[in-house]
Amino acid sequence: MASKDRVALPPVNAQKSNLTCHFCIVGCGYHVYKWDENTEGGRAPHQNALGLDFRKQLPPLSVVMTPAMTNVITGKDGRRYNIMIVPDKECSVNQGLSSTRGGRLATVMYTPDGVGKERLKQPRMHTGDQWVDTSWDDALAIYAGLSKKILDNDGPSGLVFDCFDHGGAGGGFEGTWGTGKLMFTAMKTPMVRIHNRPAYNSECHATRDMGVGELNNSYEDAEVADVLLTIGGNPYETQTNYFLAHWLPNMQGGTLDKKKKWFQGESFERTKVIIVDPRRSPTVAISESIAGKENVLHLDIEPGTDIALFNGLFTYVVEQGWHDKDFIAKYTKDFDAAVQANKLSLEEASRITGVPVAKLRQAADWAYKPKASGHRPHAMHVYEKGIIWGNDNYLIQSALVDLVLATHNVGRRGTGVVRMGGHQEGYTRPPYPGDSKIYVDQEVIKGKGMMYTCWGANPFQTTLNAEQHRRVILHRTAIVKEAMANLRGATTQQTIDAIYDAVKNKGGLYLVNINLYPTMLSDGAHLLLPAAHPGETNLTSMNGERRLRLSQRFMDPPGSAKSDCLIAASIANAIKQLYQAEGNADMVARFSGFDWKTEEDAFNDGFRKAGTAGAPPIDSQGGGTGYIATYELLAKAGNNGVQLPIKEYKDGKLIGTEMLYTDAKFDTADGKAIFKQSPWPGLPKTVADQKAKHRFWINNGRVNEIWQTAYHDMYNEFATERWPMAFLEINPDDGRELGIASGDVVELYNDYGSTYAMAYLEPAIKKNQTFMQFGYFNGIAGDVTTPWVDRNVVPYYKGTWATVRRVGSVADFKNTVSFKSRRFA
Amino acid sequence: MSNRVSRREFLKFTGGVAAGAAALPTNSEAAAASADAGSTVLPYKAKPVGKAGGLAVNQAVTFTFPDASSPCALVKMGTPVPGGVGPNRDIVAYSTLCTHMGCPVAYDAGQKVFKCPCHFSMFDAEKGGQMICGQATENLPRVVLSYNAKDDAVTAVAIDGLLYGRQSNIL
Repeated sequence: MASKDRVALPPVNAQKSNLTCHFCIVGCGYHVYKWDENTEGGRAPHQNALGLDFRKQLPPLSVVMTPAMTNVITGKDGRRYNIMIVPDKECSVNQGLSSTRGGRLATVMYTPDGVGKERLKQPRMHTGDQWVDTSWDDALAIYAGLSKKILDNDGPSGLVFDCFDHGGAGGGFEGTWGTGKLMFTAMKTPMVRIHNRPAYNSECHATRDMGVGELNNSYEDAEVADVLLTIGGNPYETQTNYFLAHWLPNMQGGTLDKKKKWFQGESFERTKVIIVDPRRSPTVAISESIAGKENVLHLDIEPGTDIALFNGLFTYVVEQGWHDKDFIAKYTKDFDAAVQANKLSLEEASRITGVPVAKLRQAADWAYKPKASGHRPHAMHVYEKGIIWGNDNYLIQSALVDLVLATHNVGRRGTGVVRMGGHQEGYTRPPYPGDSKIYVDQEVIKGKGMMYTCWGANPFQTTLNAEQHRRVILHRTAIVKEAMANLRGATTQQTIDAIYDAVKNKGGLYLVNINLYPTMLSDGAHLLLPAAHPGETNLTSMNGERRLRLSQRFMDPPGSAKSDCLIAASIANAIKQLYQAEGNADMVARFSGFDWKTEEDAFNDGFRKAGTAGAPPIDSQGGGTGYIATYELLAKAGNNGVQLPIKEYKDGKLIGTEMLYTDAKFDTADGKAIFKQSPWPGLPKTVADQKAKHRFWINNGRVNEIWQTAYHDMYNEFATERWPMAFLEINPDDGRELGIASGDVVELYNDYGSTYAMAYLEPAIKKNQTFMQFGYFNGIAGDVTTPWVDRNVVPYYKGTWATVRRVGSVADFKNTVSFKSRRFA
Repeated sequence: MSNRVSRREFLKFTGGVAAGAAALPTNSEAAAASADAGSTVLPYKAKPVGKAGGLAVNQAVTFTFPDASSPCALVKMGTPVPGGVGPNRDIVAYSTLCTHMGCPVAYDAGQKVFKCPCHFSMFDAEKGGQMICGQATENLPRVVLSYNAKDDAVTAVAIDGLLYGRQSNIL
């Protein structure tokens, strides 16, 4: 690899392919250049594929091209290639911008000595006392044999899964279909939890029940909104280029001409930004810098009081008569009951949320009071984990969408009530084989389940009540290891029998991890299967505006690693063979239909089959028109892809849908949106008890530099020198009182667990509040999260209190980590 | 990776007793070695950038290096910092083009931080240019300085990190 003061340029004939960044929901478009290591492009514009003149200094904003965007990969044939992965200026999503995460896509691509050096390359089996590499045949024989034995003797509920359900890395329409068909059609197990939560559920039940799908506008709507209202979101850090490419120009006044064109006759003032967040996040500080403090309102509510905030605003808006009476009458129902149930005066809302009445009134004036021209403001409401992992996910969403429906801020351009998102989406699965939500974590803790497959998911690092969950699993998996350690020269069947005895009769649990890396799960696991990620496999996902793109394969996965869909097929086919051998036709049929050779086969079997004649029931985000999208057409559509649902293929182009509900027909049986009652419930007792006993609110969340990238970044020096450990932002006065300085290691503990973090004194944090990096490998925030969940088993990750004490000091942290404020001012 | 000392090791090392660039060539003749087949370093031409005694504490002094189209800033931090040179080991210098998209970063003397107005990246002048928060994938390129106690001269001799908008730090 070149030293850091120069890079190799792609020659004009370098291979060029499309890659949608797979880290976050935004899905920025990138181009991958790949060329022989021993050649390079010249500095003159006609000599390099970027077409830029490197003979002189490029002016600002010409390009993003850094050493992190380059790497040298090795093909299966042993040939080495330079790669450069740079943002696509023609992609409407990021418009040539790259984030600090996407800008490191090339860095994380596999090389034997790079960030990916710890990647799983072959299946790895635990013998009871050590990890050893093994063949796919051996690994699949154990996996299939044990699965079958459990299925035959104990039924599908013995087979537990924690599986990704999203797009982007470790996912995609191919991967959700492959895993879904295996779990739901073939195995028929209901014991499945998803990704970051302890049951098979959605993060958006309420809004869907109200008829409003959670991704209902386009990123372009943020350019023309009068008011950008974000709740429990931090878009500069976690939807970076959506914020920088689409919000920022609007906040600067740069989209006024577009607004005048789109909304003729309307009056416009400076764009207003309202941010609901107990914490003064980097987004608050940056928004003030961009729009001016006078145009930004930070509603710093008391933790967990969002419902009271929205009920107060809803009540006030109706009192003022600012609701859209005609729209409510024609296109919605149950409005009056919601008005009664949610009634809360601004004074009462102020008392509960801690936000002065004047600020609440200001927010309502900005967002809902008719404009000077008499038109209703275009108020775009976006939300993320502050609501999704807040105090009663179902009720907060109900309260918010009530307010949005009343003011008709959905289905009009420049509006929308939209989740900001975490990963990209990519859901295509058979229906879940159960009629109730199972709190899988608790079932496992209680000793249920016999074989637990974690697939592109890491509950050790990311679940709630994580310490107890981890401790029980480590205990149960140790029972199996003990049984395996006693085997000498055992056949496959003898090994399966020994494992089965341990999980059936001794309380054991057999743990399988299918992932890119061993991850923390390898502390307890017995089998690791190597998966592939975008770039090594073709993969389709959709972003936060339902934009479907094909990320194209440009390199081989390491070793014998495979796409998730093809791993699922390998497992299904191995189990099918066992049933064939004993002539069980019913089970052979259930495990059939996995004759896929490529990812495209899985895409065609799931996403493209949904809703077509003769197809089985398939829940797909592509809907009934997904069949129109082929890999060929998507490759042609490039990084702009098509916004789902697809309307048609016309004049050589896929035509998609920019905004949902423009016809005011919502996703309910009669097409009418439904108001939901959501009275303020107070804090759940489980959480309130911790608040009463422990001093600090342990808010937790994501950080710009490491955002859904920790699985790579824990091996990336750029990231780990910044964040060697999960950090804890704490008020400097609190720090002084407790003898805590920046760079100290602190312990956080409460009735549910204990974890460690690196203290980061931050004046923007209120006293008695903290903010801890979530989901990190060194210091797990979830260890102190309570097991409380809402009616759909959605956790309240953001709601816990703990005691903080200084443990000691790590000299390296103090010497090498910056502790300057992360708030731009 | 290259055979360079990693940034973390660098910070640890120079945070101790040794001055950062003591071993590097201090005269332009040695530094201007040509990039021939026997060389793995770029032929930077050393450039005097000031006298340590003449620098006001916490005021950025602008200069260009390695050529006129690469703006840099020299700052005497006032307290010893990793990578600092001079009698107090507190003089550092950085490129002032943001590594993300090349916007000029401004020195904030209150926080001793370089800030980019375009996409809000911030770099810590006291921690080797580490990105505090922002969209860059690289820390701020550090101008490697040498210090000659005899004449109190501070000299720019190399750059650690790729300058924005270039294939190579030497045009």
